[in-house]
Amino acid sequence: MGMAGERAAAGRPAEVYFFGTCLVDLFYPEAGLAAVELIEREGVRVIYPQAQTCCGQPAYNSGYRREARRVAAAQLPHFAKPIPVVVPSGSCAAMLHGCYPPLFAEGGTAAEAARARDFAGRVVEWSTFLAEVLRVRLRDRGAPVRVAYHPSCHLLRELGVREAPLALLGQLAQVELAALAGAEECCGFGGTFSVKQADISGAMLADKARAVVESGATVLLSLDAGCLLQIGGALAKAGHAIRCLPLPLFLKERTA
Amino acid sequence: MKADPRQFRQDSARAIGDPTLRANLRHTLGRIRARRAEALAAIEDVEALRRIGNAIKQESLRRLPRLLEQLEANLVRNGVRVHWAETLAEANGIVLAIARANGVRLAVKGKSMVSEEMELNAFLAEHGIEAIEADLGEYIVQLAGQPPSHIVAPAMHMNRHQVAALFHDKLGAPDVPDIEAMTALARRILREKFQRAGMGITGVNFAIAETGTLCLVENEGNGRMVTTVPPVHVALMGIEKVIARLADLPPLMRLLTRSATGQPISTYFNWISGPRRPGEKDGPREVHLVILDNGRSAIYADAQLRETLDCVRCGACLNICPVFERIGGHAYGSMYMGPIGKLLTPQMAGLGQAGHLVGASTLCGACFEVCPVQIPIPALLLRLRQEASQPSPAGRALVRGAGGARNPAEAMVWKGWQVLHDSAAAYRVFARLAALAGDRLPAFGPLKAWARHRALPRPAPRSLHRLLRDRPGE
Ligand code: SF4
Repeated sequence: MGMAGERAAAGRPAEVYFFGTCLVDLFYPEAGLAAVELIEREGVRVIYPQAQTCCGQPAYNSGYRREARRVAAAQLPHFAKPIPVVVPSGSCAAMLHGCYPPLFAEGGTAAEAARARDFAGRVVEWSTFLAEVLRVRLRDRGAPVRVAYHPSCHLLRELGVREAPLALLGQLAQVELAALAGAEECCGFGGTFSVKQADISGAMLADKARAVVESGATVLLSLDAGCLLQIGGALAKAGHAIRCLPLPLFLKERTA
Repeated sequence: MKADPRQFRQDSARAIGDPTLRANLRHTLGRIRARRAEALAAIEDVEALRRIGNAIKQESLRRLPRLLEQLEANLVRNGVRVHWAETLAEANGIVLAIARANGVRLAVKGKSMVSEEMELNAFLAEHGIEAIEADLGEYIVQLAGQPPSHIVAPAMHMNRHQVAALFHDKLGAPDVPDIEAMTALARRILREKFQRAGMGITGVNFAIAETGTLCLVENEGNGRMVTTVPPVHVALMGIEKVIARLADLPPLMRLLTRSATGQPISTYFNWISGPRRPGEKDGPREVHLVILDNGRSAIYADAQLRETLDCVRCGACLNICPVFERIGGHAYGSMYMGPIGKLLTPQMAGLGQAGHLVGASTLCGACFEVCPVQIPIPALLLRLRQEASQPSPAGRALVRGAGGARNPAEAMVWKGWQVLHDSAAAYRVFARLAALAGDRLPAFGPLKAWARHRALPRPAPRSLHRLLRDRPGE
């Protein structure tokens, strides 16, 4: 992904948009708020267009591109200023950055296609923005804790974001990062896959949940809400007390 | 074999519940992954090499019609007889005619995925011709009466105890899981078959147009035997196997063997450039090549889906795939399994029949990451998902069975989803209702499937929209 480097070179913006994503909006709003506040703490103004809804990925990944395009088209007008669009999700950032241009090239008007290309070019994944653009310095105020980090597939393989979340975590002196067996393997979420192929998803999930338990961590962190719902749901069902949190919320809590 | 959505669900559930199979897969895949990683780590710039591999295959495909003509001309000059088959039935008919013309009763076979497409063994058996698999893995699954479970390692689903039991049962061997002894036994049996066989059948890894050479990669020497001992050799290939130049081969070979088995080079590499010439001491009297289409030219006609045909059948995408690791190869109900199978099977059998396979992926992207020729498998799966449910209207409905997997109820769900998300006002109401529902969501439909393995997710009482709107100072 060229976006981290380009943004870093462009320097620190005075203001940014925040695209919260629908899963964060509905299931992890506190994490969304934490993500916003961690940016604001660095002196950057955050604009949160209230008219935003969803990036369109659920329908897009199911092959319903017309419906995805309609929803995507409804987002674009609210992010018109030439400033970065920060996204606290690997999966949604990958959709906004990588899929919007082809989506509108194949079906939108020329104006929409141009707007989508411009928009996609301004998308920055949240941890990358903090670590590489804002170059935040975090001071850990929390108690010692052992955490595991789940590098979600789209963050890792579509956006190529491997280091930024770990760099942020690495700044926390009291946080020990547990080794997670098969860390880079998919948790089995896959959106509608999790219900359409429930058995396969469940088998992948069982292995992931076991790895998390065996890591000895008491907190599992990730930058994708879908994976957290999946892994957290399995751990909760099995009665494990491991907290599953979006990374921004954890960082905010420890550095407040 | 038939890919079918219900069968797929049943067979994958059965595989998931089979601890022996799971252990076999975990064990073998773990080893193969490690070997591949180690072999590629020794290459200075793997990404550059993958780009070269991709460029060679793309360029070969771009010039495919010309290259096939050139290949045919040069093969014919070398004394190879070239046959074209559009359908599986035609391909089978050609092989049978060659066998009959030569009075063949017994054929020996090297590994060939095209022959699996053709279900050639069964077809020949119907016509009184016995075909014996000479690749050890293929020999094992043939003895077991099963199809291969992996395109490179056909007996990957079995462990040595199971193979010993099979050899005991079918060959009267002692039921001892001694791999060397079992290999020696198979070799003894196959040697005798090689000597008696009237025909050898193989696949083709690469066909070089400029020289008219067929390349065959293998590890056991069975390919060498099959192509040199019987008086007639029939090679089978899909139209996509042709490459332009000899110089294209080394990068592809460097990628292929490392990606497939973690070897820097295979134990055997066979160059087949024609039948025995006067004065030569060995080699077949006749060499034939059957070039099969079977839906490939339809795949070829679509500029994006064409990338499916870049595949060199290394199996790396199967080996890395988290779904394949859980369900093994047989559950796919097709000779092509794993990520590449999810592309090939629906395009060959049609989306109406095999459309479920394009949905059976989390799009995790591990396959794309390892594919030596950089086939963007997730992107192609997405394209096929689209074709399965709502084929593009204008002149692009080239995919077999496009629209055939459309589920009206699902289409309505997505329409409804769109209505809730393409207007801020509708979404606000939706988010409010979700928050009110909280943990009182009833577990039916998709939520029931979800709840089998996980606690139900609980919408927060106040959405991020509200948290930010209600912040002091907003
Ligand atoms: S798709 Fe790529 S990784 Fe999979 S078998 Fe073909 S060449 Fe190998």
